[in-house]
Amino acid sequence: MAKQQHAESWSNGKSVFRHGDVPFRIGTVVLASCVVGLVLAMGVIMFVSSGEARAAFGWDVLFGQVWNPVATDLAAPTFGAWPAVRGTLLSSLVAIVIAAPLALGIGIFLAELCPPQLSTPLSFLVELLAAIPSVIYGVWGVFVFVPFFNQVFSTPVSETFGDYIPWLAGPVATGRGVMVTGIVMSIMILPTIASLTRDVLRLVPNTQREAMLAIGATRWETIWLAVVPYSRAGIIGAVMLGLGRALGETMAATLLIGNSQRISPSLFAPATTAASLVANELTNSVSTLHESALITVAFALFGITLVLNLGARLMIWYVDRGMAGGRS
Amino acid sequence: MSSMTISQLAPFYGARQAVKAVDMQIATQEITAIIGPSGCGKSTVLRCLNRMHETILGASAKGTVLLNGEDVYGSNVDATLIRRKVGMVFQQPVAFRTRNIYENVAAGLRINGMTHKAELDQSVEEALRSAVLWDEVKDVLSKPGTALSGGQQQRLAIARALAIKPDVLLLDEPCSALDPIATANIEELLVQLKTTLTIVIVTHSMQQAARISDQTAVFMVDTTSGNPIGELVEKSSTSNVFTNPSDPRTESYISGRVG
Amino acid sequence: MNTPKNYRWRKFVDQVMRGSTVFATGCAVIPLIAIIGYVLTLGASALSVQFFTDVYQPPNMAQAAADGSTPAFDPNDPFAGIGVPTDGSTDGTTPADGAAAADVYAGGPVGGVLHGIIGTLIITGMGLLFALPIGIFAGIYLSEYRNERYSTIVRFCCDVLSGSPSIVAGVVIYILVVIRSHEFSAIAGSLALMILMIPIVTRTTEEMLKLVPESMREAARGLGAPTWYSTFTVIIPAALPGIVTGVMLAFARGAGETAPLILTVLGSNVISTNLFAPMASLPLLAYRYTESPYPGENTLAWGAAFVLMMLVLVMNILVRVATRRRAGASR
Ligand SMILES: Nc1ncnc2c1ncn2[C@@H]1O[C@H](COP(=O)(O)OP(=O)(O)O)[C@@H](O)[C@H]1O
Ligand SMILES: [Mg+2]
Repeated sequence: MAKQQHAESWSNGKSVFRHGDVPFRIGTVVLASCVVGLVLAMGVIMFVSSGEARAAFGWDVLFGQVWNPVATDLAAPTFGAWPAVRGTLLSSLVAIVIAAPLALGIGIFLAELCPPQLSTPLSFLVELLAAIPSVIYGVWGVFVFVPFFNQVFSTPVSETFGDYIPWLAGPVATGRGVMVTGIVMSIMILPTIASLTRDVLRLVPNTQREAMLAIGATRWETIWLAVVPYSRAGIIGAVMLGLGRALGETMAATLLIGNSQRISPSLFAPATTAASLVANELTNSVSTLHESALITVAFALFGITLVLNLGARLMIWYVDRGMAGGRS
Repeated sequence: MSSMTISQLAPFYGARQAVKAVDMQIATQEITAIIGPSGCGKSTVLRCLNRMHETILGASAKGTVLLNGEDVYGSNVDATLIRRKVGMVFQQPVAFRTRNIYENVAAGLRINGMTHKAELDQSVEEALRSAVLWDEVKDVLSKPGTALSGGQQQRLAIARALAIKPDVLLLDEPCSALDPIATANIEELLVQLKTTLTIVIVTHSMQQAARISDQTAVFMVDTTSGNPIGELVEKSSTSNVFTNPSDPRTESYISGRVG
Repeated sequence: MNTPKNYRWRKFVDQVMRGSTVFATGCAVIPLIAIIGYVLTLGASALSVQFFTDVYQPPNMAQAAADGSTPAFDPNDPFAGIGVPTDGSTDGTTPADGAAAADVYAGGPVGGVLHGIIGTLIITGMGLLFALPIGIFAGIYLSEYRNERYSTIVRFCCDVLSGSPSIVAGVVIYILVVIRSHEFSAIAGSLALMILMIPIVTRTTEEMLKLVPESMREAARGLGAPTWYSTFTVIIPAALPGIVTGVMLAFARGAGETAPLILTVLGSNVISTNLFAPMASLPLLAYRYTESPYPGENTLAWGAAFVLMMLVLVMNILVRVATRRRAGASR
């Protein structure tokens, strides 16, 4: 009864209810636009604030070899973040080389092979790995993983091969460096890649699996020759998102990489990354130029992760679209 | 060239039996059609013949299916080897999305270890010719398989199945997603193929069964126990089934009163 | 039946590769268990009543009291030991040399992290408060106007926010707030966390609203209710448990963020409730105490990690239980 009356009053247009939709729409659009505005604002703010350093050094802020914030009698301050950029790229490379195949394996196991009763708890565990704050990985890395890895891997390997392979040269010293950072980061990005991979594999229509099985393929051949190729764009997208996380990871890198500006070919040697450079120096920058150079580095990180995100979304979207309209 | 002898075949989904135990003989160089209303277990029984049934989670089957005298469900028989001998084509045409036409056909050859280019070329051409698709695609072999029309994709699927030279070909409503012209093409093709192959086709179209098959098996759903279960009610030569059905349920089905 | 020539090899590959996916899964689960195990055991050993009720104590306080020497840190200086090291020598935590220092290195944990717990609750809570209106309304927009082209842009911007490094949020707030106000402050930290929490709240709100069956929307529309009215009285209440879930996850995520706080709230050694001044926070304590040369402070780092880990575990498990029950109920 009451509802009936309400309905009448709405349709009669006497009530303010009827006119609520316009402000409602405006309200949601405006607040949703805050998200868009935030992204634009972040870009613009960093672009403007990085102007001084970009004007002074151009691309050298990112690729110059010398990072020297303090003026001396002999030289003016120079800002070339190549050691940090290099450390970022190397540690992320180590992370992705380890994480991508493992995550693909995990995704395949969760989506294709594991008994359904096991899939949910395992997926939950893997996602838990993604929820652990990165500083905890750092704490664990410093006190547990670095000493352990040092003893069982870095030291013996550098003693055995270090003289022949510069990548593996010693001394290992504190054990902090590119390799341990990359390994800990690989654990951190594993769940990102694995759960996205699992999701895109689950989108593969069963007809593809059956068609492969029906020509006498084994389970693995079905996965590797039908399921994975079908969703490869999505898997690449997942890896790109994982790479984005590794590139921007700050805390684990700050705690584990050793924060050294010296460039060494060895993966066991300390280095620095773009994110840890910013975290370590921005709050006590010695000049506006120094500040501006650090902001340029942060801006570059923002830009590259944005590009990776865009690429990854396009890839994953491509897979999604294939599901909907692929049978044309 | 192979015959199949099905005895006491009982497919299950979990604990639920989907079809009452089936006994049936499938003769070589003939087309056997399986008809019946939807849900009577046609696909289920067909998928038991090359052990595709068990790829569904929880699905299992009891009984025996003899292929050339050997039990498909024997204790140390590998399903992948059975599926190599007993090919299958599905209702929805399937092309592997990331493979071109050539590689779609070559897929089965490659997993079985054929690597020589010339050998592959020859087998792919042969298979496409048998599937009456060669003339249409011989100039566009490097186009993606998904670029073909539905009817062409279905013939591509048949070519893929034929490429590994199976003894038996199973088809599950291969024409239900196709237009009448594509359907006619496939039917003509199947009639050609039966000289070298044992064919079992599930179809929802009685006309199709009448047009192309030599033997027809009729399945029905038995709902008397409250829990619907499929059952084989009649299996005989096609002309017999359509002109002189021995089971009253078959008669009412083909005269359009059921299903 | 004749077996194809490469049959045994194929079977071998099949077994090995299937096994290797199990191995890969183990590779993810083992570090997870190792990390959780270490944090829970080592962290638990740092726990005491004092840990939760006390604030920072300079590690050499006890020593100073015993022999009347001057402690390396002034206990009344809220920022003692926080000076951000550019190189080892300017780091305020470098201990005095000599015999007095030796005891300090051997010492167990002193003091507690109450200031960090309070700070984290304030900073994260306030950040969440800022993030909620934008996040929820953006989520409503994405769900209720999901077919508009503009929603793709909003969604993509959300992905950019959640995909961009957390330090970037810190840098932006540093430029906008810290530089201008010449002061590190809790509110700056909350703003940085807001940026990181918005996408989480938005996307879960969107997902949860989309789970509300279309029939409910139609029923409301059938009664002649305007969109806004049915959204607030029917759809949001139906999705509320899920939205609360997302908010909890956002809180857990924000509470663990460290990098943006380094650039915005700096840290503090005392309990502070002044939003416009530096404040302590648990992840910052975990970070600084890990870098500390004092084993006692290292232990506190494990303790702080323990508290953060418990927060994350409890939130995630609660969310799990809540969503499981709902998924079960709707079936
Ligand atoms: N994947 C499945 N899981 C459980 N039951 C199934 C599945 N597929 C089919 N069934 C059941 O098996 C019976 C036979 O189905 P099906 O073989 O597909 O019939 P038809 O092909 O004749 O239409 C039906 O009752 C159906 O509900
Ligand atoms: Mg069927």
